[in-house]
Amino acid sequence: MKIHQLKNALLPFVGVACVVALWSLLSVTVAPDLPSPLQSWNESKRYILEPFFKEGEMNQGIGRLAYFSLIRVAQGYLLAILIGTPLGFLLGLSRNFTKTFDPLIQILRPISPLAWLPLGLILFQRSEPAALFTIAICAMWPTVINTAVGVRNINQDYLNVGRVLRLSRWQMLTKIIVPATLPYLFTGYRLSLGIAWLVIVAAEMLTGAVGVGGFLWQEYNSLVYSHIILAIVTIGVIGYILDRLMALAELRFQRA
Amino acid sequence: MNLLELRNVEKSFPGRTAPVLANINLDIPEGQFAAIVGCSGAGKTTLISLIAGLTTPDRGDITFDGRPSHGPGPERAIVFQNYSLLPWLTVRENIALAVEAASPGLGKKATGEHAQYFIDLVKLSAADNKRPRELSGGMRQRVALARALAMEPRVLLLDEPLSALDALTRTAMQDELARIWGEAKTTVIMVTNDLDEAILLADCVYPLTRGPRATLGQAIPVALPRPRIRAGLSLNPAYQRARREITRSLEGTKEHEPTVDAVQPQNHSFVTNTHPLTQTPQSI
Repeated sequence: MKIHQLKNALLPFVGVACVVALWSLLSVTVAPDLPSPLQSWNESKRYILEPFFKEGEMNQGIGRLAYFSLIRVAQGYLLAILIGTPLGFLLGLSRNFTKTFDPLIQILRPISPLAWLPLGLILFQRSEPAALFTIAICAMWPTVINTAVGVRNINQDYLNVGRVLRLSRWQMLTKIIVPATLPYLFTGYRLSLGIAWLVIVAAEMLTGAVGVGGFLWQEYNSLVYSHIILAIVTIGVIGYILDRLMALAELRFQRA
Repeated sequence: MNLLELRNVEKSFPGRTAPVLANINLDIPEGQFAAIVGCSGAGKTTLISLIAGLTTPDRGDITFDGRPSHGPGPERAIVFQNYSLLPWLTVRENIALAVEAASPGLGKKATGEHAQYFIDLVKLSAADNKRPRELSGGMRQRVALARALAMEPRVLLLDEPLSALDALTRTAMQDELARIWGEAKTTVIMVTNDLDEAILLADCVYPLTRGPRATLGQAIPVALPRPRIRAGLSLNPAYQRARREITRSLEGTKEHEPTVDAVQPQNHSFVTNTHPLTQTPQSI
């Protein structure tokens, strides 16, 4: 029992240690430009230990950079679920709507954020709304599709209960269809947030907006390679935390 | 006048040549506890869905309360085979939703009081804030029953209401059903594959022959006084007569126009053929 717990606590660190060792090896052998783990830490520690310092637009603590990115993601994500949720319900409820728009959705869905962003820039002329547009249009598909699947999979018995009770269309929606779809809806929301976070980095890199992704691209151009690693680790950790938080919310709604 | 009348009703399902139900005629007077008995797969659920208005017949007429039936409604409340409680609502909310639907504009307080009455009727006051998932099968069945009764229906439709319960719970729920029917005094149509359950509860038993083209045999009244006491019921001559007649009617569909003598010896083989019928009254 004790040994089992010890294993659970230690093995993840073993995994990290393996990757750090491989990284060290690479930095001294095939990739001399790649900073070693120690050098990366020394050059990055100020950004982590003082996460909210600010010395210039792009020279800020990682906490501030992450904050800007998160705000941008929150806006784009909100847009995505505000558009995606009703779209998903329409797709699930109406066969004609599905026939009209499903082929289009299947074609739009696999388009990369890198392709949407220039279109956003043409549409909105400014980089900030273009970034939000890109996040929203890339992140909404899991919400759209999960909601539609959820609505189509509603147990016929629940709908029959609604028919026997002679619920109005509106009551049918609010009392039966929406609650029955909630678990699917939240799975969609979680997947959408993951994509929104993926897209933000690309969007910031291309628009040069202040944030983790913008920072990464600027430091690459300034040849401060250790900060690229800092940015990558930050993106991963925040993405993981967001996913865990959404998983908790999802679980709550699946229980309810 | 009969509350419910079915005339020459026929129903098919797409992809199947023979209709599931054919030439169904049924008259249910107001206040009767009717039991439709048939084997698994005979089309019992199809029949009760037709009566509820959830599906429409291909042929024939269904008249409810003097008017042609169109679409379902709370005046024909149905207890589904798998309960179909809304899992995101508590017991109280499930029942209150039915009260609201049956008598809209009642106001919050009166709705709550109505719901409480039906919660008490099925003895679920201790569990009224639980969700269906936290309840046992028997308790869920009570909630489903309370929800149906809360619609204050003209007829209560029960689709194999007790088939998912274990034998002990089932016995207890049968007694409960008899008690509740005694209090609520509404017309009941119950579909079941358990002969003894039908005779114990019903005023009149309608045998549904085996499908395809299943149809209803001669109605068999159960001349047993109420309250019916389970113990010793199987020794009652009226009980035995009803049981014999129902079995004969169900069996009679295999051969055409069987005589009494020809069918009698085969009774046993039929009984073992249908799972719930193997529960002989003595074993209860």
